[in-house]
Amino acid sequence: MKIIVIGCGKIGEELAGVLSHEGNDITIIDKNEQVVQTVCDRYDVMGVVGNGASYPTQLEAEVGSADLMIAVTGSDELNLLCCLIAKKAGNCSTIARVRNPEYNTEVPFLKEELGLAMIINQEQTAASEIARILRVPSAIEVTTFARGRVELLRLRIPEKSEVDGLSLVEMHHRLNANVLVCTVQRDGQIVIPNGNYILRSGDDISIVCEADAEKIFFRHIGIRQQPVRRVMIIGGGDIAYYLAEALSAYGMSVKIIEKKFERCEFLSEKMPRITVIHGDGSSRELLEEEDLGSCDAVVTLTGIDEENVILSLYAKQSGVRKVITKINHITFKEVIDSLNLDSTIEPRHLTAEYILQYVRARRNASGSNMETLHKIIDGRAEAIEFTIKDDFKRKNISLQALPIRKNVLIACITRDGKIIQPRGADVLLPGDSVVVVTVDSQLDDIDDIFEDR
Amino acid sequence: MNFSMVFYVLGWLLDFEAMFMLPSVITGIIYHEQAVLSLLASMLACLVPGVFVFFFKPKDKKIYAREGYAITALAWIVLSIFGAIPFVLSGSIPGFIDAVFETASGFTTTGASILTNVEAVPHCILFWRSFTHWVGGMGVIVFMIAFLPLAGGSEMFLMKAESPGPSVSKLVPKVKTTALTLYKLYIWLTIVEIVILLLGHMPLFDTLCITFGTAGTGGFSVLNSGCADYTAFQQIVITIFMIMFGVNFNFYYYVSRKRLKDAMHISEVFVYLGIIAASIAMITVNISSLYSSRGTALKDAAFQVGSIITTTGFATTDFNLWPSFSKALLVTLMFVGACAGSTGGGLKVSRVQILCKSVVKEVYFLTHPHTIRKVTMDGRQVEHTVRRSVLTYLSAYMVVVVFSVLLVSLDNFDLETSFTAVAATLNNIGPGLGKVGPSANFSSLSGLSKIVLTFDMIAGRLELFPVFSLFAPSTWRKS
Repeated sequence: MKIIVIGCGKIGEELAGVLSHEGNDITIIDKNEQVVQTVCDRYDVMGVVGNGASYPTQLEAEVGSADLMIAVTGSDELNLLCCLIAKKAGNCSTIARVRNPEYNTEVPFLKEELGLAMIINQEQTAASEIARILRVPSAIEVTTFARGRVELLRLRIPEKSEVDGLSLVEMHHRLNANVLVCTVQRDGQIVIPNGNYILRSGDDISIVCEADAEKIFFRHIGIRQQPVRRVMIIGGGDIAYYLAEALSAYGMSVKIIEKKFERCEFLSEKMPRITVIHGDGSSRELLEEEDLGSCDAVVTLTGIDEENVILSLYAKQSGVRKVITKINHITFKEVIDSLNLDSTIEPRHLTAEYILQYVRARRNASGSNMETLHKIIDGRAEAIEFTIKDDFKRKNISLQALPIRKNVLIACITRDGKIIQPRGADVLLPGDSVVVVTVDSQLDDIDDIFEDR
Repeated sequence: MNFSMVFYVLGWLLDFEAMFMLPSVITGIIYHEQAVLSLLASMLACLVPGVFVFFFKPKDKKIYAREGYAITALAWIVLSIFGAIPFVLSGSIPGFIDAVFETASGFTTTGASILTNVEAVPHCILFWRSFTHWVGGMGVIVFMIAFLPLAGGSEMFLMKAESPGPSVSKLVPKVKTTALTLYKLYIWLTIVEIVILLLGHMPLFDTLCITFGTAGTGGFSVLNSGCADYTAFQQIVITIFMIMFGVNFNFYYYVSRKRLKDAMHISEVFVYLGIIAASIAMITVNISSLYSSRGTALKDAAFQVGSIITTTGFATTDFNLWPSFSKALLVTLMFVGACAGSTGGGLKVSRVQILCKSVVKEVYFLTHPHTIRKVTMDGRQVEHTVRRSVLTYLSAYMVVVVFSVLLVSLDNFDLETSFTAVAATLNNIGPGLGKVGPSANFSSLSGLSKIVLTFDMIAGRLELFPVFSLFAPSTWRKS
C-alpha cells in the first residue's frame, strides 16, 4: 500500500519504520528537514519537507495515488485539516490523531462528518491497555482475540512454582488446565517451545486460553490473583485522565498525584469521584503519607521515563502487587527488562500496533486472509488471526502431518463459535479462525506458515 | 564495520560482473574470435570468489553510512581489477596496470584510452570495453539494488555513495523501486538511440558500442579516427543523445509520469542547456575561420561542447588545434560537468549553481553585514549543510587536482598535458589537450601516472568521499 505519514514525531517515526518494514511504500512529511533526513536514513522511506496541510506539499508526496494518509503531527486541528485536504486532493482513507480530551466525546461525530477511517488517541489507547492489564493483574500483558473470547496472557512464573522443572507435557498432565504455552522468554531469548521444553521459575511465558479460564492456571502455578481495588496513579496527564475514568467505571478506587495545581483542579472537576492529590509524586514523604504500600496497584505516568522507573521500583519494594510503568523514550529494552518491573507501557508502540492492525486488515480486503495482528512481548513476537478461506489447499489434513515452519505455532482455532485448543489430530477447515503465534514476522497469509508454501 | 556484509556485497558484485561479460561472449561467438576464451576465463575468475554468496549469508545485514561508502569504493576497485582480466588474457593490453587503467576508464565512464590502434583489437574485447561504460554510467551498485534485496532496508547508504550530486533523493519511497525506475529510463533511452543510429545506417557493432559510450557518457570509440568518419546525421544524433544523457534523470522521471510542472521546476536542467547553447555559440564564432562553412563549424562545435560538458569525450575533430579561447572554454566545461543525477561526471551544474549563489550571498553580506539572506534553488531553501558539503567538496576536489598534477608532472610533459590529463580523468571525460589530446592517447604516460589517474577516475566517479573513507582508520575498526 502507498501510505503518507504526516508528522515525524515519536509515533510518526515508529509508524514509518514498522509500516515500511511490512512492505508498504511510505512517504513522510515533516516541516523539519533534519528530522526527515534522519528518518529517511534510518528506514526505506521517502521524505518530503513542508507543511503537511498544504495542498502543494501533499501533491509532492503524490497524494493522488496514495491509499492511506496518517496525520500524527502535534496539533489535533492540523491533523484534521491534513485529512480533509487529502480526502479532497486524492481519494485515500485517512487516519488522524486527535488527543485533546475535549474532542474526545465528539470522535464519532468527527469521524462521520469528516469521512475519516479512524481517529487515534494514543493516550486513550494506552489507558485502555493499562485498564485491561489491571483487570487481570497477574499478567504482564493481555491481548484478546475472537472478539474478546480468547486471551493471550503474558506472565512470569513465580519463584518456587509447582511447574518449575516440569516439561510442558508433564505440566499439562499435572495441572489439567486448558491452556497452551506459546512463547517462552528466557535470558532475553524468545523461543516457541515444544512439548519437551522444561519450564523454570522466572521464565516469561505467554499462554493462550479462553477468557476467564486463566484463573485455575494461575492458582496452580502459584500466582495469587486478587482483584485490584485501590489504584494509585502518579502523574495526572491525559493517560491518567482516561485511565481514572475507566477504572472508576469498573468500581476501583483511584487516587491521582499531580504536581500542577490547575491540572488537579481540572481533574477533580471532571471526575468528582476520584481522589486528586496536589503534590510532587516523586517525594517519598508524600507517597508514604498517601500510603503507597497499601495500594493494590500503582501506575507511574509522569512525563519523565527515569522517574517512572524509579517510582515503580520503589512501589514494588513497598510491597505493591501490581506496578505499571509508562516508558516514552527509553529504547534500552534489555535494561528495562532486567529490572523486574511487571508491566511497561509504551504508548507509541501501542498506537503503531493499532494502526498496523488497520493497515493489515485493509490489505486483507485485497487478497490476504489476515484478520488482526498483535505485536506481543514488546514487538518481538506476533500473534496473528487468520480466517481460512474456501480455497485453502490443506483442509482436512491433521496438524501433526502439516509441514509447519519452525518458530510458528497454531495457538487456537475458533470453529462455529467454539474455541478449540489445537492438538495434533485437529484439522483446519474453511471458515475457521486461527490464531498463529510467531517470532518471525514475515507472515502475510495462512499459507506462509508452512515449510513449502 | 560490518565485514561480512562487505564481502557479501562484493561477492554479488563479482557474480554480476560475470553476467555483464555474457553479451561480449556472444559477440565473440558471432565473430568467431579466439579472444572469447579469455572472456570465458575471466567469467570463471569472477565466479570462483563470487559463488560464495550462495553458501554464506551475513547474519546482520544492517549497514550504516561508513559501510555504504567503503563498500561502494571497494566495489569499484574490485570491478576494475577483475574487469581488466579479459584485456590481459587476450593479449590486447599485455600490461596489467594498463589494463586496469583501461577498465577503470571504462567503468567510470571516462573513456581515456591507452590503446594506440583500436581497430586491431578483437570485436568481443572492444564490446566489453564499451559495455563497461553502459554498466558504469548508471552505476553497478544501483543495478544490484534494483534486483537484489541486498542490505535489508539500508540500501540507501549504498545508493547515496554511488549516485552523483550534492543531495541524493529518491523518486519513489522504496530504494529498490527507485533504482529500478532509473534503470528503466536508462534502458529506454539507450534503445531509442540504438534504433535511431541504425536507421541512420550505422553498422550494428558500431551502433551498440557508440550507444553504450553515449549512454554512460563514457567515450570509447571503435575506430582509430574516433567519431570523425561517421556521417553528419550520425554525428548530430550522437550530439543530441550525449546532451540528453547529461540531463538529471529526475527530469525524465517527471516527464514520464506526466508531471511536467515538477519537471520544469528543475532549474539545473535549464542552466545546463543554457551553458551548452552559449558555449556552442561562442566556439562556433571563434573557430569559424578554420572552416569553410558555418554549418560544419556549428556541427563540430556542438559535438565537442556536448561531448565535453557531459564528460563523454568522443571527438569528431582534433580540438587540440583550435584557438586558445575555444580550448580554454572546453577545459572550463570539463570542470562544470553534467547535471546531478545524470550519468555524467564533473563538478555538476547544480553544485556550480550553489557555489555561484553562495558567492553572491557572501558578497552581499559584506556590504550589508546584518542582512539575513537564504540561498534558494528551485524555489526551495538550500540548507546550510548542503552548502557546506558543496564547499567542502570543492576544496577536496582542488586538493586532489593539485596533488595529481604534481605527481603526473614527474613525467616531464608540458603543463597543459599534465593538467588536462588530470582534469580529463578526475572529471571522467577522456581526452585532454596536448599529448593526451583527442588524436593522441594516454599510452605515453609512466606507470605511476597511470596509477594516479586510475585513482582519479574512480575518485571522480564516486565524488571523492567514498574513496577517501577507505583511508580513514575508523572505517576499518571492527564494530
